[in-house]
Amino acid sequence: MYETIILILDSTVRLSVPLLFACLAGLYSERSGVVDIGLEGKMLGGAFAAGAAAYVTGSAWAGLGAAVIVSIMLALIHGFASITQRGNQVVTGVAINFLAAGLTILLGQAWFKQGGRTPQLEHSARFGEITLPFADSVKDVPYIGLLYSELISGHNILVYLSFLAVPFTWWVIFRTRFGLRLRAVGESPAAVDTAGISVTWLRYRAVIMCGVFTGFAGTYLAIGQSAGFIKDMSAGKGFIALAALIFAKWQPKNAMFACLLFGFLDAVAIRMQGQEIPGIGEVPVQIFQAMPYILTVILLAGFVGRAIPPKASGIPYVKERT
Amino acid sequence: MTERLGQPQAGAAIAQSEIPAIELRGIGKSFGPVVANKDIDLVVGKGSIHGIIGENGAGKSTLMSILYGFYGADTGEIFISGKKAKIPDSKTAIEKGIGMVHQHFMLVDTFSVVENVMLGAEGGALLNKGIAQARKELARLADEYDMRVDPDAIVGELPVGLQQRVEILKALYRGADVLILDEPTGVLTPAEADHLFRILEVLRDQGKTVLLITHKLREIMHITDTVSVMRRGEMVATRKTAQTSMSELAELMVGRSVLLEVDKQPASPGKTLLKVEGLNVVDERGVRRVKDVSLEVKAGEILGVAGVSGNGQSQLLAALSGIIRAHTGQIEIVGHKLDLSDKHGAAVMREYGMSHVPEDRHKMGLINAFPEYENSILGYHGAQKYSKGLTLDIAAIRKEAEERIEKYDIRPPSTELQVAKFSGGNQQKIVLAREIECDPDVLLVGQPTRGVDIGAIEYIHKRIIEMRDAGKAVLLVSVELDEIRSLSDRIIVMFDGEIVGERGPEATETDLGCLMAGVRDGDQPS
Repeated sequence: MYETIILILDSTVRLSVPLLFACLAGLYSERSGVVDIGLEGKMLGGAFAAGAAAYVTGSAWAGLGAAVIVSIMLALIHGFASITQRGNQVVTGVAINFLAAGLTILLGQAWFKQGGRTPQLEHSARFGEITLPFADSVKDVPYIGLLYSELISGHNILVYLSFLAVPFTWWVIFRTRFGLRLRAVGESPAAVDTAGISVTWLRYRAVIMCGVFTGFAGTYLAIGQSAGFIKDMSAGKGFIALAALIFAKWQPKNAMFACLLFGFLDAVAIRMQGQEIPGIGEVPVQIFQAMPYILTVILLAGFVGRAIPPKASGIPYVKERT
Repeated sequence: MTERLGQPQAGAAIAQSEIPAIELRGIGKSFGPVVANKDIDLVVGKGSIHGIIGENGAGKSTLMSILYGFYGADTGEIFISGKKAKIPDSKTAIEKGIGMVHQHFMLVDTFSVVENVMLGAEGGALLNKGIAQARKELARLADEYDMRVDPDAIVGELPVGLQQRVEILKALYRGADVLILDEPTGVLTPAEADHLFRILEVLRDQGKTVLLITHKLREIMHITDTVSVMRRGEMVATRKTAQTSMSELAELMVGRSVLLEVDKQPASPGKTLLKVEGLNVVDERGVRRVKDVSLEVKAGEILGVAGVSGNGQSQLLAALSGIIRAHTGQIEIVGHKLDLSDKHGAAVMREYGMSHVPEDRHKMGLINAFPEYENSILGYHGAQKYSKGLTLDIAAIRKEAEERIEKYDIRPPSTELQVAKFSGGNQQKIVLAREIECDPDVLLVGQPTRGVDIGAIEYIHKRIIEMRDAGKAVLLVSVELDEIRSLSDRIIVMFDGEIVGERGPEATETDLGCLMAGVRDGDQPS
């Protein structure tokens, strides 16, 4: 039983990582007042870039670099339309999603001719699992041994980075000048403008941060968790991350727990395939698979307290005639 | 500096030889076809409080926004302490020692006071050092200018007066020598305003230059050393405050002499049109806001309801106009008895011949995003004359809107302009036109001149008197005692939801003041 729990938690961690990266990406963007429904698309674009670049160069790190660059470019398109051109942020974000979904398949087919996937990667072109010191030697210590060797050790570097990104993001948002201005511009861009700070440049930096983090999310999907890009592999994770962000009330620490919760539901769903629940019998796996989405609806319907978004969220900044 | 204050005569001579803190030459600014500022010259002396007065829309705010780098001027030059300056953005303005307290505060509500003060002047990429420094500086400023605020308080939870103080502290923290205040008292209670004036005097005595923008004459006379008057985008005069008067300034502002006193004949009341008996209103929290109010308004008279704001006047108006349901009591409008079992709402009240100019035109009187002509029929949109089968007769609505714009001198004369783009006075005229032109028997008016400039105040007062003279019953609720006293034929005073006394129009300000403070007729001030 203890082993089962550890295994479920282990896969919870693995499944939470892309959500967590994407959720933190959205946090930067939305804290600055740019609603980002395009997390999904940027993640997908990043995943494709990671898969393709890792295959061509044979280097996982090159894959990560390419993913970050592609995600930033998609973020800049979103930024140009919604910050400079003051377009509707939601519509632009949706456009990014469609753009990424279509373009990844098109380019994938044109370059690799495998129906939109990128070729299977060698082990060396992926982020391999890291075994932490003493993981093997403590393995047989009761309880702690399994906890350490299975749950804490044995993940790839992106997993550790994603969890380190939580305190890092907290520090950036609450302890640096950039973070102070970022929070301010999401609440009251006019106050930022009159304080002599450029609203436009600040928001661009926020969406670039968003691009970096979605790039990490995409990389994890394509060359951390899998051995190559598969079409539509983001499978709604960007939207779940957005839901987690709202559930987390735009706080980094809450974001981590929200993503872990969604990851846990996913892990349970996988675990329950073909299993019988005592007294009920076999439950169709679709019920478990539907859980994250049902939870999303329940959470966003406001059952868990009111989530107040940054006040200027979704509103392009226009200097008003007074 | 201190000697100067002691000797005003000599001080004036020195001030003239000094280099001015700010000098504007030939400033011009247009927004599309609208000329907001035209060839403006302005000299502001160092260490003085300089008032800029003008009606809403005269171009005061635009001029100050140019000085603060929020807008670029089309033409003209700016000199700061004698040196020519280019101010392309607010950052430059701050660097040149100009600070601004905006009419709508430029604060981040969810931030603490410290965070707001340091925003944009953090002093390094990491915050911890900056926060410590901001705290120290705030404590020093608090001592020097007597402006104490809890540095850790969340700004959105502070009362408006303190929020404004944070705005001033923000400017001082950035080392402002020239402080621009845009309509600073609009949101303040009289006591808070007095405190603000004391702070401004301290600032001046410490050598800061204060530019005060307002449309309130009383403030100008009370606090400024020099005053400049703007009218329709032009600077029309600059005077030493000691050498001018309220009436001269008022005349300069509107370009003609203004009747500060309302000219009216004694009333000749007819039969009772509005009768209220034992009205009680309980709000959603269970607090009794209106207590056993009975009153009568006759045809051809204006009944003024005076009182400090928040003493049940708003709830009384809301219950009478049908917006909220009274708890107990009876209302009779032009012979229609309504008791509480009746299903009545605002629409029924209108049918019975009552119309209502609400206290808050933005929340209740207008839809800001709609054009003028659509606003001109709100609440009357079901009327036969505006309909063409199933649809609205837009042509007829526009035509009538045009006639009203002409009749009520609504400016700019456009039926298509969004109501939000009109000045306060013109917005109020749009509401007034709508509620008067439907020819009601009873007119309820709440705060008719709140946020309205002098020219429009005079006009609105005239219209209300005209309604009375046409034999309508008018119930006027206002917190402006001057307005109540000059318009009303009878005055009732509300305190804590009750009517505490009734007076004639000749009642003195002290007498009414006592009633407003809750001293009843029965209570003998021993």
